[in-house]
Amino acid sequence: MTATAPPATPSAALTGKPAKEAVRAHRRARLRRTALPYLLLAPALITFGVFKAYPVVDSLLLSFSTGSGTATRAAGLANYRRLLDDPLFWTALRNTGEILVVQVPLMLGLALLMAVGINSVLVRWRAVWRLGVFMPAVTGLVATGVMFAFLLKRDDGAVNWLLDAAGLPTVDWLGEPFWARMSVVLVLTWHYTGYNAVIYLAGLQGIPRELYEAAMVDGAGPVRRFTAITVPALRPVLLFTVVLSTIGTLQLFDEPYVLTGGGPDNATLTVSMYLYQNGFRYFDFGYASAIAYALTLLVAVLGAVQMRLVGDKDR
Amino acid sequence: MIPNKLRGWPLTFLLAALTGFSVAPFYWLLISTTRKDTEIFDWPPHLLPGGGLGDNLHRLDQKVGLLRVLGNSLLVAGIQTAGALVIALLAGYAFAKFRFRGRTLLFALLLSTLVVPEQVMLVPLFKMMTSFGLLDSYQAIILPGLCVPFAVFLMRQSLTSLPDELLDAARVDGAGELRVLWSVVVPVVRPVLAALSIFLFLGSWNQFVWPLIALRSPDMHTLPVALATLYGNQATTDYGAILSGTALSTLPMMVLFLVLQRQFISGLLAGATKG
Repeated sequence: MTATAPPATPSAALTGKPAKEAVRAHRRARLRRTALPYLLLAPALITFGVFKAYPVVDSLLLSFSTGSGTATRAAGLANYRRLLDDPLFWTALRNTGEILVVQVPLMLGLALLMAVGINSVLVRWRAVWRLGVFMPAVTGLVATGVMFAFLLKRDDGAVNWLLDAAGLPTVDWLGEPFWARMSVVLVLTWHYTGYNAVIYLAGLQGIPRELYEAAMVDGAGPVRRFTAITVPALRPVLLFTVVLSTIGTLQLFDEPYVLTGGGPDNATLTVSMYLYQNGFRYFDFGYASAIAYALTLLVAVLGAVQMRLVGDKDR
Repeated sequence: MIPNKLRGWPLTFLLAALTGFSVAPFYWLLISTTRKDTEIFDWPPHLLPGGGLGDNLHRLDQKVGLLRVLGNSLLVAGIQTAGALVIALLAGYAFAKFRFRGRTLLFALLLSTLVVPEQVMLVPLFKMMTSFGLLDSYQAIILPGLCVPFAVFLMRQSLTSLPDELLDAARVDGAGELRVLWSVVVPVVRPVLAALSIFLFLGSWNQFVWPLIALRSPDMHTLPVALATLYGNQATTDYGAILSGTALSTLPMMVLFLVLQRQFISGLLAGATKG
């Protein structure tokens, strides 16, 4: 040990270890500290990269290729051109759109009503209602589909019994194109209304009671209080649920798959089901990928439009 | 002016009706499960349970191999939940408590896949699993569900508010990083982990499209896939068996929900306020 070398770290001075080794130890410690976050992230990044990021990119590349199975070749924009001229794709898109336009407002309106009810101090046994309406949200999609396929049967389904018992005309729920779509709407509404109601409930509980009290002193009735206080305060939460439900409905697959199999006469064929058919029934991966990317584009555009329409009013 | 005592009743009735609408299908399902195949669609409908449950379950077992299918579902959901929790905890901790190169970019990349429809990944995943020779295996179902960006996001959110001093104090006391994670971080986020594990389990238990694609042999089927194939086979529709399978796939989640509803709803709310 030479006298000219100053101790590099306090620990070197204390332990009397050679300075060079102390420097090295210090570096190792620093390296360990820089490497640590990457080590912590490694499992997430590896699984993310392999099973999420890579498929997203691969799908885009595939959408520019053609051929069935794994024997593919470059095809430029052929898949996308075919998409534009494919009547079945447009049917699927129209079905999905029709279900979306009826279902999302219906469900979110009901959910808001539910949340206001459960939040109201005047209402009795609130815990029971909260539990009951949220229960469908934990049911699996396949279980829901099977359950309703039987409930909606034309001749001996329970829903038609009820209609008949009430003296109303019965409906061929799953056999008529229009009613088949309405059946999908009904099932989706049953499944997700309570879920959205609980989200609204969280928003409602963030509104200070004093606001309502002040409005009552000023003579505002329940409707005015709802439109002037509740709705504006809930705007971010409303936006969140509108965007989420829109995305969810655009990706609709399980319910119509189990409920109607896309029928009758393709009346409930959705974009996702059409993608599935092309990819895994005809093994046309290129075309399926083009449908997938058309769907992505649709989701992105609709999401952005909704953000702009609803979100910007605040600023 | 309505007297104060009566003012809550209209809303109460409305909520009762909506609750009835929500719960009635389950009641019908449970009653049907206990009825003979021929009684399920009787008129007038049966309102009380019958004695057909054992028979229905027996036929269901013969058709899909009940224990095997249930076991598959439990195994997949269990491993996926545990794996996704650990991965999300580690990643969330890194994102919340360390500054490092590429932090913002990586986090944004992770979140950006939230808006990509799940269907986009189906074809590439299928190709990938085919070339790995993993089709029709547990790995094929479990692996893609291990990284859940939403779970990472939620973990990060709940860890940012954890004071750095707490971590540093443990480090000064000579705790290694793993020990800091285990004895300081984990206890703090235990409620979040609980809520998240319920949600991950629910999602995994109910997943359908990907297992439908990746699984070929009936031996490997999870409960939803078995149910769908049983139901899709219209020629031999056995209502009693199908409905008891449906009830069986719903029951664990129902029980879990009723027991843990507080965590359930708090988990949901944690997700909801992220907007």
